[in-house]
Amino acid sequence: MSGTTPANPAVAVESPVRTLPDPMGTPAPRVGASTRAKRMLTSRAGSAVAVVIAVLWTVPIVGLLVSSVRPEAEIRTSGWWTFFSNPAFTLANYQEVLFGRASSGQLSNFFVNSLVITVPATIIPLVAATMAAYCFSVLQWRGRDTVFVIVFALQIVPLQMALIPLLRIFAGTEVIQNFPYLAVWVAHACFAMPLATFLLHNFMAEIPRELIEAARVDGAGHVTVFLRVMLPLQIPAIASFAIFQFLWVWNDLLVGLTFTGGNNAVQPLTARLSEMAGSRGQDWHLLTSGAFVSIIVPLIVFFALQKYFVRGLLAGSVKG
Amino acid sequence: MDFFLYSKFGQMILAVIVFAAVVALLLGLAQLADRYSGRSRTFWMVLLFGGPAAFLLGLGLIYPAIRTTVMSFMDRNSQEWIGWANYEWVFTNPDSLQSFINTFWWVVLVPTVSTTVGLLYAILVDKSRFEKVAKSLLFVPMAISFVGAGIIWKFVYEYRGAAQEQIGLLNAIITGIGLEPVRFLQDAPWNTFFLIVVMIWIQAGFAMVLLSAAIKAIPDDIVEAARLDGVNAWQMFRNITVPSIRPTLVVVVTTITIATLKIFDIPRAMTGARFDTQVLANMMYDQSFTFGNNGTGSALAVMIFLLVIPIVVFNVRQMIKNREVRGA
Repeated sequence: MSGTTPANPAVAVESPVRTLPDPMGTPAPRVGASTRAKRMLTSRAGSAVAVVIAVLWTVPIVGLLVSSVRPEAEIRTSGWWTFFSNPAFTLANYQEVLFGRASSGQLSNFFVNSLVITVPATIIPLVAATMAAYCFSVLQWRGRDTVFVIVFALQIVPLQMALIPLLRIFAGTEVIQNFPYLAVWVAHACFAMPLATFLLHNFMAEIPRELIEAARVDGAGHVTVFLRVMLPLQIPAIASFAIFQFLWVWNDLLVGLTFTGGNNAVQPLTARLSEMAGSRGQDWHLLTSGAFVSIIVPLIVFFALQKYFVRGLLAGSVKG
Repeated sequence: MDFFLYSKFGQMILAVIVFAAVVALLLGLAQLADRYSGRSRTFWMVLLFGGPAAFLLGLGLIYPAIRTTVMSFMDRNSQEWIGWANYEWVFTNPDSLQSFINTFWWVVLVPTVSTTVGLLYAILVDKSRFEKVAKSLLFVPMAISFVGAGIIWKFVYEYRGAAQEQIGLLNAIITGIGLEPVRFLQDAPWNTFFLIVVMIWIQAGFAMVLLSAAIKAIPDDIVEAARLDGVNAWQMFRNITVPSIRPTLVVVVTTITIATLKIFDIPRAMTGARFDTQVLANMMYDQSFTFGNNGTGSALAVMIFLLVIPIVVFNVRQMIKNREVRGA
């Protein structure tokens, strides 16, 4: 098919550079491979299937949200769907689960813990990985590719394998008594490294080498190239991984549970919620509002920065 | 100074400042090395730029992995060598065997079903008017923690005796059509499958986004050529779509498989891993931290490691292959 020009000239212009289609965006007006399959399926049956899937994926969250604002007595006696015929609205559940008695959760404290854990646990691996990505994509050194594959392959190590030895390094030390969050921060930073380095390297490798060489010819050192050339160009990639890591740390249970040593003063929201699900399994007014408290931050981040989040997911996975 | 030592946010800010200082120091040294040294310059650059990453990887992954492997041959307090006893326990203890069986079902079902749903949905909503919204709907669970998702679904599965009014959606539907309410989370072996549904619910959006992007990246001329040859929809799907997105399919399936092997939060939040819903990763946590047995805990961690290896090796080989194709 040589000599055939693609239907859309924009595609031809873009094709030498690897570009990621914006998967959440409005579709480009082009004919895709799936069109035929779609034509068959987009008949009524296809649309019906899509709607069924969408409903199945949405209804559980709606149920949670609706329940979290219903009075306790109502939740105990009727299903959340009766809310629509018999609406009764209250914020008392949130009041109680956030600021009420210790036994009702006192999630406001844990919410602060989650924030305090998440911010450094996002910044530290991000900076370290950006520097490492520079090492693998710009600097020329022997064994570079081998080391890179090893770093990528370190994802092979399940967190479960790292828990006890890493925990022991911190356990009982004076530092950890004064800085109880340190262990969680370091653990998150360590565990994020293989993926962060891999993704940021993928983005950096896309930057044309001429740009770097031009700067070098002008007498810029590596630090200048890193800070003035690579970093500005990397902002979208860094943003996308920052969101990724933020959500991952915010949503984590395993690291938060083990590296806080069951210390309520530093445990994240997820650990407290998981405990409540076990001990207060029937208190749905607390569980639903508590769960919503824990998902509101990721949901805001997700909806506000969806594009970057998705771009981070796509790095290195879609061959362009 | 009190603010930095005694308040939570103070400690957080202090940590960021200290780390920034370390990075500034490293970059300052790199600046110096850049100016003064000759041949060994690249060596110093690699050391200074790669230093933080190497430190974190060594501290958090390489050293612990070796240490855990060693500990799996020692007793519960890591004091004495006991040979293969922990592994014998892993392969004979009934709970442990149950967790192997359950993990097997998790790893078989979650990647296949969520990838299938994701692919189907990606094709169905492709280029429809509501594409953006439709995709967001499926993708939202990805943003939610496993614990949050666990609670959401625990509520869907909520069971009450037949005499009472059902407040769980599923049992309300079931009793609504005149059947007996089901104890979704208590009755083995089915409860494991109801937990698996939650993981599928979370992962399908991930699969959908990646596969959708891959579908959009298929070159038009291939599709046109196939159309001129008069292939039907199914042939198009089988011979054009699937082969074109194969690399992405591999990434999606392996990523989900690895995540599933390590699943821990869902059984923990939904059943506390009781009623025969134990899985390997949660069993590892229970052994190490609830029962304080480092030996068996480490042996279970090593088992997860061994199960992940073939999947990651496959993934790495694919990655190298793709790189060669790209000529990078």
